[in-house]
Amino acid sequence: MLNAIASLTTLGLLLGLLLAVAARFLRVAADPLVGELESLMPGSQCGQCGFPGCAPAAEALVAGEAPVTLCPPGGRALAGQLATRLGVTVDLSGVADKPPSIAVIDEQRCIGCTRCLKVCPTDAIVGASKQIHAVIRDACTGCEQCLDTCPTDCVVMHEIQPTLQSWHWPLPVLAA
Amino acid sequence: MKLFRIRGGVHPAGRKEATRDLPIETMPLPGRLYLPVQQHIGAPAAPAVKVGERVLRGQLLAHSQGAVSAPIHAPTSATVADIADLPAPHPSGLAVRTVVLAPDGLDEAVDRETVADPLSLSPGEIATLVGAAGIVGMGGATFPAAVKLNLPRRQPIHTLVINGAECEPFLTCDERLMRERGDAVIAGIRLMARALGVQRTLVAIEDNKPEARAMMVAAAAGVDDFRVLGVPTRYPMGSEKHLVQTLTGLETPARELTADLGVVVHNVATAHAVYRALYHGEPCISRVVTVSGGATQRPANLEVRLGTRVTDLLNHCGGFRETPARLLAGGPMMGQMLPHQRVPIVKGSSGILALTGAETAGRREMPCIRCGSCVEACPCGLLPLAMAAHGRAGDLEGAARHGLMDCVSCGACAYTCPSHIPLVQIFHHARGALAARQRVAHKAEETRHLSQRREARLAREQAHKAAEAAARKAAREAANKARAAAREAAS
Amino acid sequence: MSSITLVGAPHTHGNVTVVRTMGLVMLALLPATAHGVYLFGWPALNTLLLTVLSAVLAEAACLRLAGKPVAVYLADGSALLCGWLLALTLPPWAPWWLSVLAGGIAIVIGKQVFGGLGQNLFNPAMVARVVLLVSCPVLMTTFVAPLPLGSAGAPDFLAGLAITFGDGMPHFDGHTGATLLGHLKTELGRDLGVVEALAVGPGVGDWLLGQRGGSLGETPVLLLLLGGLLLIHWRIIDWTIPTAMLGTLALLAGAFNLMDPARHAGALYHLCTGGAMLGAFFIATDPVTSPVSRAGKLLFGAGCGLLVYVIRTFGNYPEGVAFAVLLMNAATPLIDHYLRPRVYGRSRRGKPLDYPGAVRQGESS
Repeated sequence: MLNAIASLTTLGLLLGLLLAVAARFLRVAADPLVGELESLMPGSQCGQCGFPGCAPAAEALVAGEAPVTLCPPGGRALAGQLATRLGVTVDLSGVADKPPSIAVIDEQRCIGCTRCLKVCPTDAIVGASKQIHAVIRDACTGCEQCLDTCPTDCVVMHEIQPTLQSWHWPLPVLAA
Repeated sequence: MKLFRIRGGVHPAGRKEATRDLPIETMPLPGRLYLPVQQHIGAPAAPAVKVGERVLRGQLLAHSQGAVSAPIHAPTSATVADIADLPAPHPSGLAVRTVVLAPDGLDEAVDRETVADPLSLSPGEIATLVGAAGIVGMGGATFPAAVKLNLPRRQPIHTLVINGAECEPFLTCDERLMRERGDAVIAGIRLMARALGVQRTLVAIEDNKPEARAMMVAAAAGVDDFRVLGVPTRYPMGSEKHLVQTLTGLETPARELTADLGVVVHNVATAHAVYRALYHGEPCISRVVTVSGGATQRPANLEVRLGTRVTDLLNHCGGFRETPARLLAGGPMMGQMLPHQRVPIVKGSSGILALTGAETAGRREMPCIRCGSCVEACPCGLLPLAMAAHGRAGDLEGAARHGLMDCVSCGACAYTCPSHIPLVQIFHHARGALAARQRVAHKAEETRHLSQRREARLAREQAHKAAEAAARKAAREAANKARAAAREAAS
Repeated sequence: MSSITLVGAPHTHGNVTVVRTMGLVMLALLPATAHGVYLFGWPALNTLLLTVLSAVLAEAACLRLAGKPVAVYLADGSALLCGWLLALTLPPWAPWWLSVLAGGIAIVIGKQVFGGLGQNLFNPAMVARVVLLVSCPVLMTTFVAPLPLGSAGAPDFLAGLAITFGDGMPHFDGHTGATLLGHLKTELGRDLGVVEALAVGPGVGDWLLGQRGGSLGETPVLLLLLGGLLLIHWRIIDWTIPTAMLGTLALLAGAFNLMDPARHAGALYHLCTGGAMLGAFFIATDPVTSPVSRAGKLLFGAGCGLLVYVIRTFGNYPEGVAFAVLLMNAATPLIDHYLRPRVYGRSRRGKPLDYPGAVRQGESS
């Protein structure tokens, strides 16, 4: 019996050693990952993640310096996709699934200061100095940069409502 | 004629006894008509009338926009009461732009020129008139009929198949049309055959409708290259792709249309609408709807003006016998649940069903036991259990790999599932989520594009400023040099 | 009607439920079970009841532990059926602890540990049987000769209880013996020919009608066949697995028998002995652990048949159905992955069909 224990233990140790060696020397380089992760992101370079853009954020993700929940506009879906791609587990319950929204300028309060105009990463705001500014709906990504810079607080975020074209069936609820 | 077998399929109880022998009843005009501008696949129609305007029966209310679209016409003489966003006959209950009419009871028709012999028109003219009449696929698909009739311009079409299968339980509107107005239907079919320039026409009627078949055979007597035949009663025989397979043995290649096989399929009711449009100058303003279900007081086949609210329909049929477990638009296999009764009948509404709990036979959902009944039942050869497992887990790509995009949503799998898993809803969700994801990716792409353009603009302005500053500096230096030289010259 | 839950199509359903499926399988098993109980008397009934009870209680305990609604899941009858099938593969006069252990292992290790209904990889009844076979080989392979209820020497109800809860089989040494399979293997090992070995013991008629030693439910071959055919008629199981399994077994047995009749018994022998009939119709066809496509089922059945024959003939165990089924269960996910039905409009490889005359969208004619 002692023989059996000894031989199996030795076998186990040897195989474990082999695995460790393989993990070190046969590791696959993962550089194209940065580009892949960046393509998953919204791409508006809004900076809400704390990094100066989507590419630096992707690099930080690959280096393991940032959590997969870093992107608020991407919401839960993006966090899940990043987690799958990076092979990490993530607790999505804490991720606020902020519904997509677009900015709307209250024309009564706009003073035409052009501050929001200058910071919009997609040039979605039209207007000029001393003239009312307005947001082009299709170009707005909901990054909220304009919200932060407006001195008169006239920018409001409106949730994008589902239309007949964009509505889809929810998953059927499982009975408890 | 040799028929071919389709894979899978199920045999739900027909339940057509309640209405199949009831003649079509004309429903009286309701107090209000609600006409959504989108009753078809394609771009919504654009309103062409104003609030307060008086319109006559058959007058254009909204014109089509673009190549794939259809116009909307007034079902009766009325005043335009409102143009607003009102609930669509859709499970979400979301709003659609709707033209609200207040009928004046006179039912005065607009002047229309009618052609004496529509069969003498050219194919192009027939297609144009069909398009102008706003005719769409009345079997429920609501694809603009004119677009289909124009297909011969792009590809060879040799066969016209008329879908008289009506495989959904409860529904009998197509059957009654064939039995009572067989001549009109055949006339409409002949017009479509002429428009398409086909070599032969096949009218397919399920075996459970022998009277309809007899009537159509009689009406089609003497017409060349015309065959009325019976197809086996099996759900989903009415599915376009499977009907073509039954008749020709050819499978429509994935992601393609039956037109790529040279076959165009049209519904019986669409043919009837074509007849009315070309022989009587009447655009698509009414249709036959079957009201049935165990919870209906008085089932009926009603000829209804488009825009009539379901409330009015049900009231005309005496309301409910008991509170229905489900109120559906369409048949029980593919029909949609209505959020409430205050939605209108549109071009694609083939039936209104008020089902009892016994008829829905719903049960608590149990885990999948991998019995494979769904695989056997699927007429498309897919793996519904795998698609559902991946869909439930959120693995949309996995679901797509198992055939999600080839699914026709017939519901045969969910019908036979012993565990009562709502398979089709999971597939709808997965497809919708994939489409949403594509929209998000598209938006991200657009955003990146806009971002880059902004960067380019800023760089340009930067460069422009730098160039101007350099030019100013150079000019200043040149001016200084000139002044210095002048001073030197002066001294 | 405004605040109802939105439900998708279809809004009607066929008359099939899990309970109905399980119920019909139990109905199909009834003749064979009744015969088995009749043949082996009260102790056999005790075995059956104890196994079933143990399975049901184990399931209830696991469900409670998992926080799932116990009544709902117990009511689907799957635990009951599992215990019943398992009992049919146990020695009829098994001691009480064997039955209880069997039921417990089948449900806990064979099913619930994987996640419950529909999640297990291996057939739970076979898992339990194999565990016990390997752990208690003597007990699991010693069988009584039939002592029909009411015949001389058959234990009555109280004696049956004594057997089950007492010392079990040793009291009846004179009536124990090997099954037909075990007998043949031993005789072949002693270099006796097949014909001579089979000349002793029950004849073909007894094989079919089950008048021989064996597990509780594997002996009445004709009744099992009847039950299996009923299941196929009711569309509870597909014809593919039983046909493939029995066909392969018969084919192999016939072939080897032709080659060397002295060393290999014929097809009929193999079909009627051991758990071949029970396995083909009731065990290998377990929906959770068998492939879903028709082609997959054929391969699965053929594999089971092949393995049963190989284990019986070339392996150390006289009976191979349990092992064969478990091995093929392990192959099921692979079979499911590769053997899928062809999708409408696509070739076997998944590419859209290409007809010579068809014109693609966007091309000119």
